[in-house]
Amino acid sequence: MKCRKCDQKAVINMRQHKLALCQAHFLEWVPAQVQRFIEKYNMFTHDDRLLVAVSGGKDSLSLWEILWRLGYQADGLYIGLGIDGGIAYSQESKRLTEAFAAERGLYLHVVSVPEEYHETIPEMADRTRRGRGKPCSVCGMTKRHIMNRVGREGGYAALLTGHNLDDEAAALFGNTLNWLGGYLYRQGPVLEANRPGLVRKVKPLCRLYEREMAAYAMLRGIEYIYDECPYAKGSKSIYYKELLNQLEADRPGAKLQFYLSFLQAKENGIFAPQADPDAENLHPCPTCGQPTSAPGECAFCRMILQTA
Amino acid sequence: MPVKLILRGKEYEVKPGMTLRHSLLKIDVQPEAVLATRKGQMITEDEILKDGETIRLIAVISGGNQ
Repeated sequence: MKCRKCDQKAVINMRQHKLALCQAHFLEWVPAQVQRFIEKYNMFTHDDRLLVAVSGGKDSLSLWEILWRLGYQADGLYIGLGIDGGIAYSQESKRLTEAFAAERGLYLHVVSVPEEYHETIPEMADRTRRGRGKPCSVCGMTKRHIMNRVGREGGYAALLTGHNLDDEAAALFGNTLNWLGGYLYRQGPVLEANRPGLVRKVKPLCRLYEREMAAYAMLRGIEYIYDECPYAKGSKSIYYKELLNQLEADRPGAKLQFYLSFLQAKENGIFAPQADPDAENLHPCPTCGQPTSAPGECAFCRMILQTA
Repeated sequence: MPVKLILRGKEYEVKPGMTLRHSLLKIDVQPEAVLATRKGQMITEDEILKDGETIRLIAVISGGNQ
């Protein structure tokens, strides 16, 4: 198969776009696409200071690399979770992230959950009601809390995450299966900071397939953590991705169409603001000051304060 | 000689002469879920796999909490 733009051999065929590209043209195409979506969804400008949440994985490191390449002012935030899983998962992901930042002279914030809260994520999950058997729930909540805090304290214009189209389509699939109105109402390329204490959140990779991001990282020579988080095995998000990939194999573009049709339906007003009743009840948590819809302290502070 | 496909340390064997896409479907691996390399170079799914060669597959799906 030949590259659409030159006579070189293609290294990737994106069936959903009917587009095959050689290495050089693919490495040009991905940042150009990201720039296109940054503008299309009014994500941010070159004048904004940005914070990128980096895990050491292919998506977040590639996102940071692309922003750096496009000339944006982006600092990184790495959150140490204290996950070992027999593969020194957190240690290795931190090493790779620090090496990435050092090679490019980028500033990286490092927040260690075990140092700051005296417990690793698995320990927190074992101790608390929320976490029993569900470390991913504790992990997600902790990361959201820390990302919002660092984003706000640092005065960043936006917090960027490396969610790709497969992440978004899988989340949309799960939210639709359960008709989670609040999540559906909030899901999109940009989540505005429409309450004091919230940082604006954006997902510049939301239109790029996971396979494209893995190819970008590999072809660009970005060293990322290849091993899966030990706790992600058997997760619903992976199961949904597999189901959607089965659909994609028969109908190229099905995942993209699912997500884009959702965004269009949202723009057409299919979801009313009352689909997200929690948004009306937000108030500052008396302990950390972050907005919460729970009565009293936010779920994160309650989890930290909860004794066994 | 069969073609060897390696994914996350696990080895699969398929007959030579098939396309990469066909070979992946034969071993129940979703083509969307992997990238394939031959001698370190990424290849597209229409490539015909050759006698005795080794193709390394790179899993692309990651998951967990959003």
